[in-house]
Amino acid sequence: MASIDVESVGKVYTGGVRAVSDIKLNIADGEFIVLVGPSGCGKSTLLRMIAGLETISEGEVKIGSRTVNNMEPADRDIAMVFQNYALYPHMTVRQNLEYGLKNRKTPKAEIDTRVAEAARMLEIGQYLERKPRALSGGQRQRVAMGRAIVRKPAVFLFDEPLSNLDAKLRVSMRGEIKRLQRRLGTTSIYVTHDQLEAMTLADRLVVLNGGKVEQIGAPLEVYHAPASTFVASFIGSPAMNLVKGELHGDKLAIGPSMIGLNGFAPTSGAVTVGFRAEDMRIARADEEALPFRLEYTEELGSQRLIHGMIGDQLATAAVAPDAELSPEMRLAIDPKRLHFFAADTGKRLPGQVPAQAKLAPAEPVI
Amino acid sequence: MVENRPFITFLTHLILIIGVLTVVFPVYLAFIASTHGPTDFMSGIVPLTPGDHMAANYGYLLNSGESTAGAPPFLMMLVNSLIMAILIAVGKISISIISAFAIVYFRFPLRVLAFWVIFMTLMLPVEVRILPTYKVVADLGMLNSYSGLVIPVIASATATFLFRQFFLTVPEEMMEAARVDGAGPLKFFRDILLPLSRTNIAALFIIMFIYGWNQYLWPMLITTEPHYYTVVMGIKRLASVLDGDTQWNLVMAGVILAGLPPVLVIIFMQRLFVKGLVETEK
Amino acid sequence: MQTKRTVFQSRVLPYFLLAPQLIITLIFFVWPAAQAIRQSFLRQDPFGLKETFVWFANYTRLLDDPDYLNALGATFVFSVGVTVLSMSLSLMFAVCVNRVLRSGRFYTTLLVWPYAVAPAAAGLLWWFMFNPSIGIIPYLLTFVGYEWNHRLHTGDAMVLIIIAAAWKQISYNFLFFVAGLQSVPQSLTEAAAIDGAGPFKRFWTVVFPLLSPTTFFLAVINITYAMFDTFGIVDATTSGGPSQSTNILVYKVYADGFIGLNLGPSAAQSVILMLIVVVLTVVQFRWIERKVQY
Repeated sequence: MASIDVESVGKVYTGGVRAVSDIKLNIADGEFIVLVGPSGCGKSTLLRMIAGLETISEGEVKIGSRTVNNMEPADRDIAMVFQNYALYPHMTVRQNLEYGLKNRKTPKAEIDTRVAEAARMLEIGQYLERKPRALSGGQRQRVAMGRAIVRKPAVFLFDEPLSNLDAKLRVSMRGEIKRLQRRLGTTSIYVTHDQLEAMTLADRLVVLNGGKVEQIGAPLEVYHAPASTFVASFIGSPAMNLVKGELHGDKLAIGPSMIGLNGFAPTSGAVTVGFRAEDMRIARADEEALPFRLEYTEELGSQRLIHGMIGDQLATAAVAPDAELSPEMRLAIDPKRLHFFAADTGKRLPGQVPAQAKLAPAEPVI
Repeated sequence: MVENRPFITFLTHLILIIGVLTVVFPVYLAFIASTHGPTDFMSGIVPLTPGDHMAANYGYLLNSGESTAGAPPFLMMLVNSLIMAILIAVGKISISIISAFAIVYFRFPLRVLAFWVIFMTLMLPVEVRILPTYKVVADLGMLNSYSGLVIPVIASATATFLFRQFFLTVPEEMMEAARVDGAGPLKFFRDILLPLSRTNIAALFIIMFIYGWNQYLWPMLITTEPHYYTVVMGIKRLASVLDGDTQWNLVMAGVILAGLPPVLVIIFMQRLFVKGLVETEK
Repeated sequence: MQTKRTVFQSRVLPYFLLAPQLIITLIFFVWPAAQAIRQSFLRQDPFGLKETFVWFANYTRLLDDPDYLNALGATFVFSVGVTVLSMSLSLMFAVCVNRVLRSGRFYTTLLVWPYAVAPAAAGLLWWFMFNPSIGIIPYLLTFVGYEWNHRLHTGDAMVLIIIAAAWKQISYNFLFFVAGLQSVPQSLTEAAAIDGAGPFKRFWTVVFPLLSPTTFFLAVINITYAMFDTFGIVDATTSGGPSQSTNILVYKVYADGFIGLNLGPSAAQSVILMLIVVVLTVVQFRWIERKVQY
């Protein structure tokens, strides 16, 4: 068990390409951190620097109290689960699990106990004598987890471990990873590009973009108070609507239409306005609303996504599956649920955090 | 795809059968000749059916050779060829696999230069540098020795490239996982890379074994003592007695003996052979 | 040049790993080659006691030498003959094997083994087949009124070594053509079939053009083979005769240097051969580069 401190870490590849810059992150012992972002955002590079598979060009990484910058991966007391599992194809499952322990000269009896324990925990006992190629994707994934678990490391590192699985298996393995991590209490860093995976697994999310941290926070914090338009559009599905608007006193103008804000305006002038699809509803005749020209709908069963235009800007709203639709509609939104971002930088403007964020439980329900 | 053209199918088989017969016929004829007595060729055209001297011819050749032609017993030459072929194959594979490992899994000064030096061997077949190479071997006192037969030809760009190509296809994570598991370079090489290369090693072994077995010019230069003669040299010596006196039955028995081991290797390990051949050049 | 994304950190180990290969290469390849180049600019007195630097005299003398020009010509005829004969037969067999799925493996087995036969042995096999007094082919040729004798007729001798060399190379070409044919997507021939092209038309308009990289590659390989790997065939059969008609370059460099002991001119021949290999290797690797990213 250990805490991890990432202090102003940066990575510049030979040739001058910068992958990561100035990352600061303090991870508490036992915490489950998810690094999330689009491909090329530097999340894997950061993980691999912590693992010792990439050299650290700038800053310092500490695991526990030790600075590990110049340590071999094997000496950092970490275990890693790779995207393609990286099981040794010529070894049986048992040999795969044992390999790291043998290299560390762990006594045979101890190895046997640990392998048995991990096999039981992951329900891979009956496959121990098989080669990886005789296993299904999900089983290989479990073996890869097992290889990490038997080591009893201070830190688990996961590099998109579920992205080679089909959708259904991914959901169940996700639950399993979370369950195991809770049970073992091992500090974990998990890299994914899948925002749903990130939301469901993380104690805290680190949203990365272009090698920089966009936001660090608990999943619901990030969901309800995204720090930038990037985070707003990346976290949550469907993505948060982002439209150009203008603040005139207590009024918000979006295209030709105008709605009152009941005192929630953080500033004045041009802004980017964000709102989640589920925060919009079909307006009553007597209330202030935005005109919405319907283009097409997507049926999700529990709700219905309607896509169309507000003025000349694209927007999506989630309505009840039996809601009445027409080509020209009017949609209302509670001003409290609006997010305001600076039109130029895309940063969140200071103001009231939408109400739900405060009510949210500290941890997401799996 | 539905295609019902019986004539073309017939033609296909016809061509293949003719092709196979053309390819096989010279060897069939050689075998037939090797079963006849020395006088059976005097009557003119070669017989097409086996004679009754097979045991006599092969026995004679294997055990006593043909001293008038300066050819020692074939049994001894077969053993020499086997030793040379195996040493060449093992040598080429060993030094190539470690060079490829160095080139792919390390970054170090002069790495690219090393690669090019190895590459150059492709451009310098022994045939084009016969004299100076002979001189080097002679100066090193390696004439008439297994080391002289083997060592100068075991540098191999082809094998190095094959292993390099293969190592590049081994997933990056394999080495990373091994490092996280506490394996250093040599341990990784022994525990992970070598077992993973098994098929490639076997395929390459076949190609290199055949290459080594069929060495001709080099052993001819390096060996003057019959004790070191190889079988491919031996058949040439059998044949090169005054042409009129050539004992074709013995020469052909020699050809069959010299050709049999590598041909059997190819036939019984066809899959590996094809893999080795197609991939070394790819 | 490519390495792994992460590499092992070690200062000395990679040099140790490369040492055997590099040492052998330097001692037995690079050094002798350098010697050949040096020698090619020198001339020895008749007693081998004194060497004088003669610039390109060895080369100019070589290129004025009718025997050398004859060897160049013979090598050209031989290489082209072997390449064309062997490749066209192999392509035909490969196409046929590719059509007959079930029995393909059986035919393949019977077609690939000549690869294993040593060049010298291959030469002797055909030397025997064509033997003017007891060989079966001259016997058959008398029925069409041809008097075969490769010991006297220069053309016959050339045909003989071409056939022997091509025979041995069929397996190699065949396997590469089969591999090439199997990589032609089935959907393309299916599309052509739906477009109404018959089997022959499909082959010449769709499959053969797609095989062109393989064909080109094999052409280079075959020329290299004919020029450098056929020493045994010539040495075991014609020994360059009759009247030098089959004295191809690799045989001549051996005969002049090793038997004739003409060091300077032989070295010049070596250097010219090296240049030819360099050209062929570069051409071949350009092809590989296009296919695989080096």
